Amino acid sequence: MSILSLKNVTKNFGGLTAVNNVSFDVEEGEILGLIGPNGSGKTTIFNLINHFFPVSSGDIIFKGNNITHKKTHEIAMLGIGRTFQVVKPLKRLSVADNIMAAAFSRESTFEGAKRVTREVLEFTHLDHVAHQKAGGLPIAGRKRLEIAKALATRPTLLLLDETAAGLNPAELDEAIDIIRAIRSDLGITIIIVEHIMKVIMNISDRIHAIAYGTTITEGSPAEVAANPTVIEAYLGSDYH
Amino acid sequence: MEMFLQSLISGLLVGGLYAIIGLGMSLIMGVLKIINLAHGQLMMVAMYVSWSAWNYLGIDPYLSVVLSVPFTFYLAKFLSKYLLNPLIEKDSILPENQVLMTVGIGMVLVELARFLFTSDYRSVQTSYTGQAWDLGGVSISIPLLIAFIVSLLLTAGLFYLLMKTDLGRSIRATAQDRLAASLMGVSAEKITVLTYGIGSALIAAAGTFFLPIFYLYPDVGPEFTAKAFVITILGGLGSTVGAITGGIVLALAETFGATYLSSGYRDAYGLVIFLLVLVFLPGGLKSLTKV
Amino acid sequence: MHNDKFISKSEIGIFIFALVLPFIFDFSPYIQGLLIFVMLWVVLGTSWNLLAGYTGQVSFGHAAFFGIGAYAAGVPFFLFKVSPWWGLLFGGITAVILGYLLGIVVFRLRGPYFALGTLAAAEILRIAFGQEEWLTNGHNGILYITTWVSKYPYYFIILAIAAGTILTVKVVMRRREGYYFLSIREDEDAASAIGINASKYKNISMGLSSFWAGMAGAFYFIYMGFIDPETVFALHNISIISILVGIIGGVGTIWGPAIGAIIMVLLQETFRSAFFGFAPQWVSGMHAFVFGLLVIFVILYLPGGVVGDWDLIKKKLHLKRKSEMKK
Ligand SMILES: Nc1ncnc2c1ncn2[C@@H]1O[C@H](COP(=O)(O)OP(=O)(O)OP(=O)(O)O)[C@@H](O)[C@H]1O
Ligand SMILES: [Mg+2]
Repeated sequence: MSILSLKNVTKNFGGLTAVNNVSFDVEEGEILGLIGPNGSGKTTIFNLINHFFPVSSGDIIFKGNNITHKKTHEIAMLGIGRTFQVVKPLKRLSVADNIMAAAFSRESTFEGAKRVTREVLEFTHLDHVAHQKAGGLPIAGRKRLEIAKALATRPTLLLLDETAAGLNPAELDEAIDIIRAIRSDLGITIIIVEHIMKVIMNISDRIHAIAYGTTITEGSPAEVAANPTVIEAYLGSDYH
Repeated sequence: MEMFLQSLISGLLVGGLYAIIGLGMSLIMGVLKIINLAHGQLMMVAMYVSWSAWNYLGIDPYLSVVLSVPFTFYLAKFLSKYLLNPLIEKDSILPENQVLMTVGIGMVLVELARFLFTSDYRSVQTSYTGQAWDLGGVSISIPLLIAFIVSLLLTAGLFYLLMKTDLGRSIRATAQDRLAASLMGVSAEKITVLTYGIGSALIAAAGTFFLPIFYLYPDVGPEFTAKAFVITILGGLGSTVGAITGGIVLALAETFGATYLSSGYRDAYGLVIFLLVLVFLPGGLKSLTKV
Repeated sequence: MHNDKFISKSEIGIFIFALVLPFIFDFSPYIQGLLIFVMLWVVLGTSWNLLAGYTGQVSFGHAAFFGIGAYAAGVPFFLFKVSPWWGLLFGGITAVILGYLLGIVVFRLRGPYFALGTLAAAEILRIAFGQEEWLTNGHNGILYITTWVSKYPYYFIILAIAAGTILTVKVVMRRREGYYFLSIREDEDAASAIGINASKYKNISMGLSSFWAGMAGAFYFIYMGFIDPETVFALHNISIISILVGIIGGVGTIWGPAIGAIIMVLLQETFRSAFFGFAPQWVSGMHAFVFGLLVIFVILYLPGGVVGDWDLIKKKLHLKRKSEMKK
C-alpha cells in the first residue's frame, strides 16, 4: 500500500508555477529519491506535504487520509517528519534540548522525552555534542540535528531535504549509513532530495525526477540515470 | 452640516500633519525594519528646541525650523550610529532588541526634557496664535493651515528626494534588499544612519509647525509615537502614499469620532482601527506578519 | 534547560531569607513599602518574562493584565461593596480571560507587530476604563480603606504571589510546555514541523503570564486602597517598566526579572531620595533618566541581562582586578 500519494499537485507563487501537476506514490518502507535541477520545485513539494504552504490545487493523501488542508503541526503528529534544507536549529537550546522538544510530541513525561532523546542522540551520533548550543554546531552537525529532531517525533515517513549537502567525504559516508539505518532499523519510509548523485543513486529504491516543477520520469535509479530527458535536464551538467 | 464640514476640514488639516509624522516613521521602518518607539520623542526634542528659541531668544517658531531640524537630524544620526546600528550584529534572545533600544532612547529623551523644562505645559504666543478664517460658520485655524501647507511641501520634497536623487535611489535599494544594495556598493550602514536622520528631521519640522497649535510637555512624545505607528500601519508599511492616507484616516477618525461618538474615546478610535487593520487586512499585512 | 536539582539550596535560602527578613530587622514603613514594591515588580517582570523571554512574544501591553486584575478587585467593591480581598481569587482569573480574548487578536501578529498590537490593546483598555464611569468611577478612581495599617501582612502576601510566579516558571520550564515555549521563541516554523501547535502553546503561555500579572494587580488595589486607569493601565509605568525589569535582569532566565526588579527599585529610590539626602536635591528628578541610561547600557553591552551575562560580568571584573593588581 502506498503510504503517501500526491495527486495532481500544483503550486503557484504569483505568476510562477513552482510545482506543476505533480503526482507520485511512495510505498511503505521504500526510499524514494526526488531529483531535479536547482529551483525545480523539490523543496516546494516538501513544503506542500507538510503544509508550510497551501497547495494551489491537487490532493495529498497520507495513509488513506486526505491531509491537504491539515495544519503543519497536525501533519507532524500524524507521522510525517521533515528536515529543512536551510537548517532550522533551535539556536539557543542545546542539541539535547532541541531533540527533547521534538520528543515531547509523543512523550508526555520529562523522563520519557529524556529516554527518546538519548536514543536519538546515539542513533544520529550526536551524543558527544549533546550539551553544545545548537546554533554553534558546524554544518554537518546541524544537518544531522535536523534528522535527529525529525526522528524524535517518531515519524513513519521522513522527508530529507539535502541533508548531505556541504559534508566532507567522511561525513558523507556517515550520513549515508545513518539514512540507511533509519529505514532498516527503524522501518521509516523516506523521501530524499539530494544533489549528490553518489548518495541518491546508491540509496534510493526508486527515483522521481522533475524539472521546472513538472515530472519528467520515474523509475529505478538505473532507468532514470539512462533517461535522455533527465540527462539533458539535470545529469548532463553534473556528469561531465 | 456645519459641524460635519468643520470636522471634515479640521480632520483633513490635522491629517496633513499626521502624514508627515507617518512619513518619517514609514521611511525608518522601510529601511531599518524596526518600529521606532522614540519617534514622537524626537519630535518633542525639536519642539523644545523651537520653544526655547522663542522663549529665550524671541525667535518665531516658523523661523526656528532652521535650528530644530538640523539639531534633531544630527541627534538622530548620532543615536542610530552609536546605539541602533551596533545591535544589528549582536545576538540577543529577543529579536526586537533594536525596538527595545528605541524605548530606552525615548525614555531618556522624555526624562531629560522633564528635567530641563519640568512637566509644565508650554505654548508659544505669536501674532497668529488663535487666528482663524471664518468661512460661513466653518472656521479654519491659520496656524493649522500653514502647518498643512508646509506638510504638503515636505511631502513633495521627500518624494523628490526618494525618486529623483542618487541618495533616494540608495535608500530605496536598501529598503528593498539590504544585502543586494550593499553588493551594489551602497553602504547600508551609512544609509541606515542617514535614513534615521531624515525620518527624524521630518518629524522635527512637523513638531515645530505644531508648536503654535498644540501644547508642549515632555509626555507629548510618547503620545505622538503611538500616533506615528498607527498611521504607518493604517497606510500600509513603508509606503509613502500610505503614510499620507494613514495620517488622514487617523485624523478623520479622531475628529469625527470625537464629534459624533464620544470625545473621551478620541485617542482610542485610531487604536481600534489600527488593531482591526493589523488583524483583518492580510493583503497589506502579509509582508508584515511573516517578518 | 538542564537537569540540576529542581529547587537548589540557595533558592530555598533566598526564600527563607525573604520570609524572615521582616523579623530580623525593624524596618521603617518606608523600607517595608520598598520591599513590597520590589516583590510586586518581581511578579510583573517574571510574568512578562514567561511570555516574552521564554515564549518570544514580546508584549508591550502587560499593563492590560495588571490593570484588569486591579479592577477585578476594584469594580465589585465599587458597585456592590464586595470585599476587595476577593480580588485575589478573581484578579488572576479575569486576567486569564482577558489574555485569551486578546490572544485571538494579537497572536495573529508576529514580532514587532505583536508588540504594537498588545500595546494598542492595553491603551484601549486604559481609555475605556477612564470613560465607563458607571463601572469604574472613571478617572476619579476607586478608593477603599485598606484593611491593615501595618505593611507586614501585605509583604507576606506579595511574597507568596512572587514565590508562586517564580515557581510556576520553574515548574513549567521543566515540562513539555516549557520546551514548546522555547521552541516557539527560537523558530516558530521549526516548532510546527516537530508537531508543536504554536497558537495553543502561546495561549498557554499568555494564560500563565496574565494570571500572575492579574494577581499582582488585585494585590495592588488591596494594598494601596486606590486605583485609577492612568495608574494601573499605564503604558510607561507598568508595561514598559515590566519589560525593562526583564531586560536588565535577563530575559529567558528564572531569576533575571527578580534581580532586575531589585536593581530598578533600588536605583529609583536612591535617586528619588537624592542618595538618601547626601546629594543635592535636583538629583531626585533624575531617577527615570538614569534608569533609561541603564537600559541602553544593558542592551548594548549585556544583551543577556545581569543574570544571563553574569559570566561575562565576572570575567570583566576579574580581568580588571587582575590588571589593577599588576599595577
Ligand atoms: N515562498 C516562495 N515564494 C515565491 N517563490 C518561491 C517560494 N519558494 C520557492 N519559490 C520558487 O519556486 C521555485 C522552486 O523552488 P524550490 O526551492 O522548491 O526548488 P528546489 O528544487 O528545492 O531547488 P534547490 O535544488 O535549489 O533546493 C523556485 O523558482 C523558487 O524561486
Ligand atoms: Mg530545495
